[in-house]
Amino acid sequence: MTSAAPFLIFFLGAALTAVTRGTLRAIVLLAVPLAGALNLYALGEGIHLEAALFDYRLEIVRVDRLSLLFGYLFHLAAFIAILFSLRLRDTVQHVAGLLYAGSALGATFAGDLITLFVFWELLAITSVVLILARRTERANRVALRYLIIQVLSGVILLSGALVIAHETGSIEFGYIGLDGLGSWLIFLAFGIKCAFPFLHNWLTDAYPEATPTGTVFLSAFTTKVAVYALARAFPGTELLVYIGAAMTMFPIFFAVIENDLRRVLAYSMINQIGFMVCGIGIGTALAVNGAVAHAFNDVVFKSLLFMSMGAVLHRTGKIDGSALGGLYKSMPKTAALCIVGAASISAFPLFSGFVSKSMVMVAVLEEGHPIVWLALLFASAGVFHHAGIKIPFFTFFSHDSGIRCAEAPRNMLIAMGLAAIICVFNGSYPWVLYSMLPFPVDYAPYTAAHVLTQSQLLFFSALAFCWLKLSGLYPPELPGINIDAEWSYRKALPAVVRWALRIGGPARTSVVARAERRLEATFLQIYRHHGPSGLLARTLSTGSTALWVAVLLGLTLLMYYL
Amino acid sequence: MDDKPKRHLFDDPRNTKRAIFTLYGVCAVALLGDFFVLRHADHPWEALFGFYPLYGFGACVLLVLIAKQMRKVLMRKDDYYDD
Repeated sequence: MTSAAPFLIFFLGAALTAVTRGTLRAIVLLAVPLAGALNLYALGEGIHLEAALFDYRLEIVRVDRLSLLFGYLFHLAAFIAILFSLRLRDTVQHVAGLLYAGSALGATFAGDLITLFVFWELLAITSVVLILARRTERANRVALRYLIIQVLSGVILLSGALVIAHETGSIEFGYIGLDGLGSWLIFLAFGIKCAFPFLHNWLTDAYPEATPTGTVFLSAFTTKVAVYALARAFPGTELLVYIGAAMTMFPIFFAVIENDLRRVLAYSMINQIGFMVCGIGIGTALAVNGAVAHAFNDVVFKSLLFMSMGAVLHRTGKIDGSALGGLYKSMPKTAALCIVGAASISAFPLFSGFVSKSMVMVAVLEEGHPIVWLALLFASAGVFHHAGIKIPFFTFFSHDSGIRCAEAPRNMLIAMGLAAIICVFNGSYPWVLYSMLPFPVDYAPYTAAHVLTQSQLLFFSALAFCWLKLSGLYPPELPGINIDAEWSYRKALPAVVRWALRIGGPARTSVVARAERRLEATFLQIYRHHGPSGLLARTLSTGSTALWVAVLLGLTLLMYYL
Repeated sequence: MDDKPKRHLFDDPRNTKRAIFTLYGVCAVALLGDFFVLRHADHPWEALFGFYPLYGFGACVLLVLIAKQMRKVLMRKDDYYDD
């Protein structure tokens, strides 16, 4: 069987999607990830596509255990997201979704930094379309901010790659480690896409503003490509342990007081990526296995949660916690599926988070980071609180908002059902996932102690919620936004620029006026000599030129004879 | 929708009460589990009686109370960024 580059199948599929309609398009859309997965199976490990760029060797498709796992994951995520968006009548979103998934695959299988850069930027350009597709003024502005930050990340990546190429003569994308300017630049580029603290606001800004289906696509790819890139280039970098711990901690506070429920999920996404980053920072076989396994599970349960909120937004047109409530009456199936996602992200026994997050937790203790472990445990309780309870509670239960709508469309229910099945399967029978991890797994998730302690942690977190709610201490869902690090570039920076323009106004006017006068004088001078009536620009008729040439020749002849 | 409003599960406050009491029961059982399950602790704190339940409860209360205070500093109107 011949095989193709994984991203090509998606790009070709996108082209076919653009020219087909109706049922035929649905078939094309669903066939793309299936054909892609078969192709990937046939591809196997090794370097499959090479090219030369000047003196450098580009490994455009390189497959190994780590990239293979993410490759399958992205095919699965694309299939679920496509199923969810199947009934959408929007060519732009379908095409952009496939191109975006293809770009993620391109980045995953990139064997060198230049190929990685190309797909890194393609991820930015293709995904921004899913935000623009909301077709509102607000989404347009968000999309621009998102694009600037994403492209900036790519530019920093390219700068780092060039520094490394200059220093080492190699552009191979392998272990880099923090050593020298080039590696720090690449670390920063990965950090932006991975939503490190203070670099994270593009995520919470953009994901809640995309279309209901767009967010499902967005949640699966960009950040997980960054996690993959970190796992390949910076495993065992101690700094990541602390960055990861911070990422698990700070978003949960914002999530508790956030009203837009898709933004709550965006914050909880940073929290989950924090566990992965922490695991990569620890760098032992158990920790990296845990990080990668958690990335796999997170993509599935996070898309399940985003799908359930997308279905609610699709049916009710609302997504704020303060405007929703009591929807279990209208959308009982969506509610049940959302709860499966909530149980999975909260790491309940038998659900997927349970078998992967604990690998990171155990590794953190084994490597002697008890304080970080306490932080992760705090965040584990916190994630149950805001994603596990808050999301389903304020949407489907709580006070009845009076909204009565239809259940989610069937294709959406099937997509959510598929994700839910995978959540339960991976949680109850983790061995298939474990067998795909980069290192051999020597870890048993289902010990009596682990099941008991995790249940205690979660049930008592629920008890705390219950007590806070009944005693009236729990903060109500209120309309409004909370300022975050983005305040620096959305409020402070524009204010500084406006202030500088005002203060510098008079000075600027005089400088500009002087420059204008100087320029005008220069142009006048040029005009005088080269303008239509200028001596140097005057054109002569052919006849007079011939005459003058004849005169010159005559003079030359005369001189010769003399 | 139907003309007759349908009775749903939590329209009856008794069902809400039942759900809450079930949670209390489950918590009690989980806490008692500490007497019966031998734990190979990776860290001494883990071996303390009731460590996980107390930590989970405390973490959530702390989380919510701190977040509530954060609201006073961070919360703005919806159109805060639109000049």
